Amino acid sequence: MHYESELREPLILGDKTHHQITEDVCRPIEGKANKYWWMAFTLASLALLWWIISVSYTLGTGLGVWGLNKTVGWAWDITNFVWWVGIGHAGTLISAILLLFRQKWRLSINRSAEAMTIFAVICAASFIVSHMGRPWVAYWPLPLPNQFGSLWVNFNSPLVWDVFAISTYFSVSLVFWYTGLIPDFAAVRDRAKTKAAKFWYTVLSFGWTGTAKNWQRFEEVSLVLAGLSTPLVLSVHSVVSMDFATSLVPGWHTTIFPPYFVAGAIFSGFAMVQTLLIITRKVLNLEDYITIYHIDMMNRIILITGSIVGVAYITEFFIAWYSGVEYEQYAFINRATGPYWWAYWSMMTCNVITPQLFWSGKLRTSVFATFFISIFVNIGMWFERFVIIVTSLHRDYIPSSWTMYSPTWVEVGIFIGSLGLFFVPFLLFTRFFPVIAMSELKTIVKTSSSQAKKKGAHHHEH
Amino acid sequence: MSTKMAYGVFDDDDVVLSAIPKLKERKFKVTDVISPFPIHGLDSALGLKRTRISITAFMYGATGTSLALLMIWYMNIWDWPMDIGGKPSFALYKNIAAFIPVTFEVTVLCAAHGMAITFFLRSKLLPGVEPHVIDDRMADDRFVMSIEVKNDMEKAAAHAAMKEVGAIYVKD
Repeated sequence: MHYESELREPLILGDKTHHQITEDVCRPIEGKANKYWWMAFTLASLALLWWIISVSYTLGTGLGVWGLNKTVGWAWDITNFVWWVGIGHAGTLISAILLLFRQKWRLSINRSAEAMTIFAVICAASFIVSHMGRPWVAYWPLPLPNQFGSLWVNFNSPLVWDVFAISTYFSVSLVFWYTGLIPDFAAVRDRAKTKAAKFWYTVLSFGWTGTAKNWQRFEEVSLVLAGLSTPLVLSVHSVVSMDFATSLVPGWHTTIFPPYFVAGAIFSGFAMVQTLLIITRKVLNLEDYITIYHIDMMNRIILITGSIVGVAYITEFFIAWYSGVEYEQYAFINRATGPYWWAYWSMMTCNVITPQLFWSGKLRTSVFATFFISIFVNIGMWFERFVIIVTSLHRDYIPSSWTMYSPTWVEVGIFIGSLGLFFVPFLLFTRFFPVIAMSELKTIVKTSSSQAKKKGAHHHEH
Repeated sequence: MSTKMAYGVFDDDDVVLSAIPKLKERKFKVTDVISPFPIHGLDSALGLKRTRISITAFMYGATGTSLALLMIWYMNIWDWPMDIGGKPSFALYKNIAAFIPVTFEVTVLCAAHGMAITFFLRSKLLPGVEPHVIDDRMADDRFVMSIEVKNDMEKAAAHAAMKEVGAIYVKD
């Protein structure tokens, strides 16, 4: 049997039994939503409504309603796309990479982090579709037989790689998430009191009962999906970065992009997990499961990835100088001192300086500090993409085409609205889905709960 | 079904796990243990064979790799080679570096979905399947052991034996 030292921090606080875990996780599903949930849901629905209006206006009138121009052809649209995809990466890191590394602390947070991944990738995809301007031809990047001669898609193009990467990532994450949900849906089903709940959770649980053979397969499937998702998630943001890196635009054409984007993605993703879970654990009374220890562990990852991102920023600057390419050098000087200096320095402050505060154990274990720093990181990582995209484009090779870019209310609306597109499903998830992977969490009750630790310590005294 | 089952409900995973060899020693046919979470060592205690689902994942993945390369070769090399930026597409092996990302993604796509679909079908997990719920708390904190029996006498014996090794109650 697995033995764990009682010196390790417990992962479940309070004297929880298997039954108590079921009770605690099912309570939000079986009870009524409180007023905070309704307030958040109303706000998110309004944002979603604004998103619908802004996107409809864009698609009905054309991309001219955005602030783009001939020089700056990508701006908030791709900034938001990369920002949302990046956020998704933390969910996969928690559920796949931490599974492979046998990190048990992933168990209380993997379900909600994966939900975040799914909804974040939906938001990201919505920006790809809306920035096309003509979404009814969105199938063009797919390798389908067509009427344009037999002109196929170009498999040398990173934009085509991206289509494959994002769609594979989305669908595999969805299957991974859903497979894990099935046993928990069965637990909700067997307790359901109303007829409607019984019916729906029976459908959702696919007839799961938890026989020995099913569990054996289930564990193998989870392990293999984790093994497949790990290189997948690293490939996704690498491919996103190649959308830029394979171009010849100064500031984009750098080989450091793939690892730098992946680190940034995990950095921003964990910040978003913190923002979401600090609220969720409070509202749903899950403080015994999502403990200060979990918050501390995630802050350590934020500190590490934040430092990698900081080193990448400095390396980029150095390489621009070292390359001896004037255009490259100008692109970086312009980022830091040009008309968009405020965006660059917001990025530097939020992404390089604030996460360094997490060297302090006091701040790392403070819910309040974590929440604020996580917001800073979210903002900083949005600015990172804005800086990379807009400041590289607005002044490139020919000074006569230099120009400035500012968004219109439509672009702002689509961005703010996309928060609604994210939070509406996330809030529904907290009401109807088990937010903690209880069947997995129950496996560590006897080794890693505070109750088990007490027993272990007691045992040693004799 | 011609065979009958005797069920015993346990409330501890260690107890149910240690009960299996004891019952097997007494020649009871322990067919299954339903549990709310995976119990390590349960499959070997019951004598289950190792699942071959990861082998299917490998085969689906290999199929995906081949299909992706075939598709890319057909579209970009054979049917309509394009000369882009002075980098022509005349042979698969010359362009292979640029084709790796899509080949990789299709490999993962096929491996993951193929394996998941196989898992659902093989385990008879689909929306609409009516679960055979023996105990309302078997997905919560109860463990249901089933023993195959031929008649009522054997069933009574199985029930008694399960109670002896720690079942909190028994069911038909």
